[in-house]
Amino acid sequence: MSEKEMELLTKGSGEAEQPFRYSVGRWGSKFLIELRDHKKLLGIRCPKCQKVYVPPRQVCSPCFQRMEELVELSDKGTLMAFTIIRFSFIDPETGITRPVPYGYGFIKLDGCDNSFQHFINIEDESKVKIGARVQAVFSEERKGNLMDIKYFEMIDD
Amino acid sequence: MAKRVAIVGTGQTYHKSKRLDVNGVELIHEAVARALEDTELTRDDIDLVIIGNMDHFEGINYVDMWSIDGSGGFMKPTIKLTTGGTTGSTLAIAGYHMVASGLFNKALVIGWEKNSESDTTAAINTAFDPIWDRLTFAGAIGALAVEASAYMDDYGITERDAARVVVRDRKNACNNPYAHLRKEVTIEEVLSSPMLCDPVKLLDMCPRSDGACAVIFASEDVAEKITDTPVWIWGTANRHLYSYINDVNFHGLQSLKNASMELYQKCGIKEPLKEIDVIELYQPYSFGGLLWLESMGLCKEGEAPKLVWDGVTDMDGELPVNPSGGVIATNPIGATGLIRCAEVARQMMGKAGEHQVPNVKIAISTGFGGCMWSDILLYGKDKPY
Repeated sequence: MSEKEMELLTKGSGEAEQPFRYSVGRWGSKFLIELRDHKKLLGIRCPKCQKVYVPPRQVCSPCFQRMEELVELSDKGTLMAFTIIRFSFIDPETGITRPVPYGYGFIKLDGCDNSFQHFINIEDESKVKIGARVQAVFSEERKGNLMDIKYFEMIDD
Repeated sequence: MAKRVAIVGTGQTYHKSKRLDVNGVELIHEAVARALEDTELTRDDIDLVIIGNMDHFEGINYVDMWSIDGSGGFMKPTIKLTTGGTTGSTLAIAGYHMVASGLFNKALVIGWEKNSESDTTAAINTAFDPIWDRLTFAGAIGALAVEASAYMDDYGITERDAARVVVRDRKNACNNPYAHLRKEVTIEEVLSSPMLCDPVKLLDMCPRSDGACAVIFASEDVAEKITDTPVWIWGTANRHLYSYINDVNFHGLQSLKNASMELYQKCGIKEPLKEIDVIELYQPYSFGGLLWLESMGLCKEGEAPKLVWDGVTDMDGELPVNPSGGVIATNPIGATGLIRCAEVARQMMGKAGEHQVPNVKIAISTGFGGCMWSDILLYGKDKPY
């Protein structure tokens, strides 16, 4: 048999599962608990540069400074950049092909200096524009993870 | 005092979407054998092996061990490095650092990937924060599309502008026998290709490839004995910038901007557009072929489309970008940054064949990773001071 006609085999990994359990940490837990229990979004302020970050985390990267001061943020903000994901792929978190299309936006929440990335509602694509005002829509049943926000929707503000 | 370091030879595989005729180890060996052949060195001459890939693409985690048969690392010091998309360029920087240290004379640097073995976007997602990033993240394509949306909004850049970059690179790839996609495309074909993530379409995006690349770095004590055309490393720079993608500022590639400034200063480059003869840009998508030229200071912000439409970056332009066809044509991810380095070396050695740019004296290669960090290397035909 010539090289060209030769049958070449592959071997699958099988239905492999390797579940992980990640530590959210003190600041991240505070954010998710406040989101779950009170539908509120928290940021954290750097004592040196005064920048407010979401989600709250221990260290301001440029200042390499520990942060302690939690700040309540608005659930409204401005869409800074976005895309609409139209190709599907396997979601490594679930093993399920991710449903598309979905909106993926970077939102500057009022009172915050960095962006918050989340789903954006693309029901009316004509309204989805950079600079649009958006507001968080919370899930009815909240479990203490990022899916406690369903998505951000475009608002007239 | 650091030793001066030169590239003395390179080897690549013929990159394809699937190489079922070889396993990963055998793929690595093809590139290594070609690099040794290029230098007329043998395995015995090598005193350090540095190898890298993005291990989540194959799910094989001890690549330094597993690759030994192919890499030539048997009973030699072997180091594995992996830094995401920048893996290949980080490998090149590491090869330079290790030889410059004076502790090793000849380092064999290998980047490889068998992207056919898994779902590329799923694997890329595992590089991102599991609590804050992964829920919405859609790999490199999603994040790059977000960058493109901001760039279009900032400067009125069009999808047609980006398509012109693809036309250039795909045309160049036809002259590179190692390239994966060797078929020209038209602007209309790019514009009408399926939308992946607005505004990024199928033809705006790099493929995923199976391939490997090997580059041999040698110290000034031996480089000129190995080759008449050593390619000297003048300097390198690299920047990382965030833990959570929430923190990325999508208005220009900040990491590349910062790294380029450092590199130009270190190497005495004052007018990069005039002084540099070739760039092999790690450009996984078309819009990066515009925005990132601005981040590198080759033109003012928002003016890259003019540069590209005017042909300045074409093969016969003032500063050819991606004569090899670049990442848009070939992308075995862990090798991709090192292929940029190898292609610059081939240009400077006069070994680039059909895609040779005449008289290359100063050149740059870059690496782009994960989303939004950068490596950059500057090479010269002349020995640095």
